[in-house]
Amino acid sequence: MYRYDEFDATLVRERTEQFRGQVARRLSGDLTEEEFRPLRLKNGLYLQLHAYMLRIAIPYGELSSRQLRKLAYIARRYDKGYGHFTTRQNIQFNWPRLDNVPEILKHLADVEMHAIQTSGNCIRNVTADHLAGVASDEIEDPRIWGEIIRQWSTLHPEFSYLPRKFKIAIIAADEDRAAMRTHDIGLKIVQNNEGEVGFSFYIGGGQGRTPIIGPLVKAFVRKEDLLSYLDATLRVYNMYGRRDNIYKARIKILVQSLGAEEFGRQVEEEWHRIKDSALKLPEAEISRIRAYFAGPEFAKLAAYCPELEMLRKTNVEFGRWVRSNIDAHKVDGYAAVTISLKPVGGPPGDITSDQMDILADLADEYSFGEIRATHRQNLLLPHVKKLDLYALWGRLKGIKLAEPNIGLIGDMIACPGLDYCNLANARAIPIAQRISRRFSDPKRLEEIGEIRLNISGCINACGHHHVAHIGILGVDKKGEEFYQVTLGGSSAEDISIGKILGPAFSYDNITDVIETLIDTYINLRNDSSERFIDTYRRVGIDPFKEQVYGSAKERHSLTQ
Amino acid sequence: MNQMLTSQWLLGGEVIYWTSHQFWSENFTDGAVFAEQVDAEAALLQAEEFVKQRAIVAPYLIEVDLETSVPKPISARERIRATHNTTFKVDHGSWSVRLSD
Repeated sequence: MYRYDEFDATLVRERTEQFRGQVARRLSGDLTEEEFRPLRLKNGLYLQLHAYMLRIAIPYGELSSRQLRKLAYIARRYDKGYGHFTTRQNIQFNWPRLDNVPEILKHLADVEMHAIQTSGNCIRNVTADHLAGVASDEIEDPRIWGEIIRQWSTLHPEFSYLPRKFKIAIIAADEDRAAMRTHDIGLKIVQNNEGEVGFSFYIGGGQGRTPIIGPLVKAFVRKEDLLSYLDATLRVYNMYGRRDNIYKARIKILVQSLGAEEFGRQVEEEWHRIKDSALKLPEAEISRIRAYFAGPEFAKLAAYCPELEMLRKTNVEFGRWVRSNIDAHKVDGYAAVTISLKPVGGPPGDITSDQMDILADLADEYSFGEIRATHRQNLLLPHVKKLDLYALWGRLKGIKLAEPNIGLIGDMIACPGLDYCNLANARAIPIAQRISRRFSDPKRLEEIGEIRLNISGCINACGHHHVAHIGILGVDKKGEEFYQVTLGGSSAEDISIGKILGPAFSYDNITDVIETLIDTYINLRNDSSERFIDTYRRVGIDPFKEQVYGSAKERHSLTQ
Repeated sequence: MNQMLTSQWLLGGEVIYWTSHQFWSENFTDGAVFAEQVDAEAALLQAEEFVKQRAIVAPYLIEVDLETSVPKPISARERIRATHNTTFKVDHGSWSVRLSD
């Protein structure tokens, strides 16, 4: 893992003390709320529907056990005993008091964490493939580049007041596990025809009210030019991005209005002016950062683990968990374990202080003290010996973190929605809880197979509904909560934006509608290996529409 | 149009309602209901004093329905806000927003 140097540590500590002063000035009346608001937002502090909310950055999703213990302590001491992992690999505390936030930030600084740039019109926390350094299909570990981008973008003076927020994601494999093309800049580590490793730039992707799949703007940028090309892109956006209309201020609108080719030409022009400046990355610096991500001292183990295979065959429950929650590791004898934060009937992404503490212990015991946050609101222990999986599973069961539902319908993304968020139109969490209870039988989940169901409480789409196989969007109809359904989206390498099924459904009917969609899929699929998204792409939206709205008529309309 | 006055404490951010005792309560049912616009606006002016004293943040008026036994906010947003989060069990009577079961 990366460790702060003196510069990082000083910066974070000074920033904490600066915010302590700002809070004191707010409470003494030297700052009005209008003056204070942008200052608190720059430190990740929102005033939400019921309370303040503090969003803490987890760069490229990587956490140490020490950091997780500190988050558990903060949740217990300053919040209500739980935290919420988000789709941008951050964690949010939903109930801190304003006067406690400087102390919380001080605790975070003690473990090399902060909340800087988790809000505001700046470059946000960079996200990455949660299987970085683990997956055998990656060209190179994307965390190295995530860290370099973190250092470049933190308090970057030129990019502190962008037209709008700016999100960067980075992957290093053909399989996109980070929704890369839904970001303002999606970076893919690639190899060119000469075998050189560099970056493809997908610029202008995004969700929200105008979902756009990021187009490829530059197929290959050399490693040493990464920062200068990023800088050039941000400069063009900073100069020409719209500031007159918040709904048209994201870079995706600029790229669409200019066209990807013209936008790329303008970036290229700027880039040629600055590419040989101080932004050129020296090999020594890349090597220095790379050394932090060299990986732990793995034991020499056989790829095949007969003990594991025996247990899988003899224990049905364990076998199901292995099928669902385990990913292959590039090192023989190891596996990556996804810990579902979606227990049946639980709020997606939530974890209690006690669970965090025990999980930190398990990370120390089984995974070299490393934990990852995933963009699907789960956690991951990246380096577990196959031989230890059974024991780990037993321990996870003991803290209710062994739900075998990864990639299945129970593994829903849900934004905080109207239970927490000031912007939301409708609740998302209770809808997820109801669907989760409806599909609580793990055997049924497996029979349904791979499916991505995401829920957003408003069109800002923090719940990624546009890119879900089944998306649910909460809307307001004359003060009441309704839910629009989209089908056919995907955030993976086969990325697509979902299509609206038809008129929205009431809070009480949406769970039945989801079940009808699932039943329709089961009836339509060629066989159990055909995923929901594959069936949808083969048959189109009409058979689903017919079943849902047809049955609605029989039941005096689902949409009333 | 019946209205109530709401805000949040500056320090803790808790949702509060203006009561007939000329102070704030975290309990929605303690809130005063204004049948007349002039009374609602007068209360809002009083609230600005609390803003100046750094006690509360961003007060505003909400519409409520009086057809039920207790006032019921017109919008789902305000009904949920009044329950202080629906994933916790809070009951304000018959209009209470549906809890997460």
